[in-house]
Amino acid sequence: MSAQRVVPLAEAISTHVRDGLCVALEGFTHLIPFAAGHEIIRQRRRDLHLVRMTPDLVYDQMIGMGCARRLTFSWGGNPGVGSLHRLRDAVEHGWPRPLELDEHTHAGVAAAYCAGAARLPFAMLRGYLGTDLANANPRVRSVECPFTGERLAAVPALNPDVTILHAQRADRSGNVAVHGIVGAQREAALAAQVLIVTVEEIVDELPPAMNAIVLPHWIVTAVAHCPGGAYPSYVQDHYSRDNAFYQRWDAIARDRETFRAWMDEHVFGCRDHAAFLARLRAAA
Amino acid sequence: MSDCTRDEMMTIAAARLLWDGCVCFVGIGLPSAACNLARLTHAPGIVLIYESGTLGTRPDVLPLSIGDGELAETAACVIPLPEVFAYLLQAGRVDVGFLGAAQLDRYGNLNSTVIGPYQAPSTRLPGAGGATEIAAHARRTFVMLKATPRSLVARLDFRTSAGFLDGRAARARTSMRGAGPQAVITDFGLLTPAPDTDELQLTALYPGATIADARAATGWPLAVAATVETLAPPTTLELDTLRALQARTREAHRRPVRLPA
Repeated sequence: MSAQRVVPLAEAISTHVRDGLCVALEGFTHLIPFAAGHEIIRQRRRDLHLVRMTPDLVYDQMIGMGCARRLTFSWGGNPGVGSLHRLRDAVEHGWPRPLELDEHTHAGVAAAYCAGAARLPFAMLRGYLGTDLANANPRVRSVECPFTGERLAAVPALNPDVTILHAQRADRSGNVAVHGIVGAQREAALAAQVLIVTVEEIVDELPPAMNAIVLPHWIVTAVAHCPGGAYPSYVQDHYSRDNAFYQRWDAIARDRETFRAWMDEHVFGCRDHAAFLARLRAAA
Repeated sequence: MSDCTRDEMMTIAAARLLWDGCVCFVGIGLPSAACNLARLTHAPGIVLIYESGTLGTRPDVLPLSIGDGELAETAACVIPLPEVFAYLLQAGRVDVGFLGAAQLDRYGNLNSTVIGPYQAPSTRLPGAGGATEIAAHARRTFVMLKATPRSLVARLDFRTSAGFLDGRAARARTSMRGAGPQAVITDFGLLTPAPDTDELQLTALYPGATIADARAATGWPLAVAATVETLAPPTTLELDTLRALQARTREAHRRPVRLPA
């Protein structure tokens, strides 16, 4: 196991996130990898197939900056606030480019990650029942149980080319420890070909963690030290979710020009996430 | 209802439907307020599950998102999200699921996906999230929705979550395990399904609301039950507890967050 597994974030993105790939930045409200999303925007990646249960602000930003051609998702709002205006503009008006939707339910995406992690071709669940979703999405189909004859919903496994997560800490070998709300991160990590993790801190030795969630070094491709890397979402025991920022985002993202100006100043105008956080601190 | 808002009455009416010890799958907004009000008044043993995987959570302030740190810190335990949907919800281990939506029809079917055609929507809404499977598998669901002719509609633009489908036991012929929507809590009163047809009918009004108010706010010819109950106004305990919870929540959400260094 090499010291090179720990690399700068910009290098991890430039090496592994190529135009046209299927990329999942996971983290359910907690541990959303914003620093990695901003770096993908800075490196002007295009034609990505983005996967996330809840696109959240991070994908609103990436979609609004034209990084995505396709989106697999299950709930596309600003939690507790309202719409993701850049996602809506892409779907309703094709701005800045049209966005194909592969729309599911939370249960469906969760099952598809589990199937992907197990390298099975599809997931089945008693889901999508009595709805128009199964008609709207040709990738929602059904199978018959060979034992009882029951029809069950089937969705294809999700196997992202690259999954990106944020976590509390890693050791120098690349073992990653996560606690708090874990969403479907572990399944998304194990389903991917390449796993990049940004972390708050890198330590010599992780504390013993018999039942806690650890992503072992041999499934982790690259670790980047990135304090504050989940802001404005949060990291349990490090910093809180900036709910006021989520509320302010509604006005920033509602208008194309305001959005572009914010991204120019805060993403293109900052060389990295540390500079982005310094700019917000200076403005506070 | 002189000094109580319709939002407060909706929240209190929903809280009263919950019982001590029930296992409740909570959504953000009015349902979260209602479930925590029940916990802080008549149902201290209620088990609140948020889809982020927090089980038995007892938040001091209402979360803005479904996964605020407050929910994890006050939870009995935190489990992975696929387990929430597969092992708890699909397995039938949830007593009550709360749902909201942009549109509801007379059989309690819900739309939270699009207004207009799916391929070219005039308004793209957030989508299903957990709602579709909550609607299918929670033992019963309660729907909270403010009534306007645009929200209580004769015909949905898109069916995101199943209620009673086309009524007359259509739901019972599917593999959905839950009993479907047992109450719609709206801002004039409650709608509940008629036993023979499954069609929602007006069965209770808030103090001061009238059948004419309910009909005016509903986009289909609303059926009215033979007896329409008038719900008791909020008690002092209910109203004080709810307002204190909302005040703590406003205060907490206003507090500036220390930016990570």
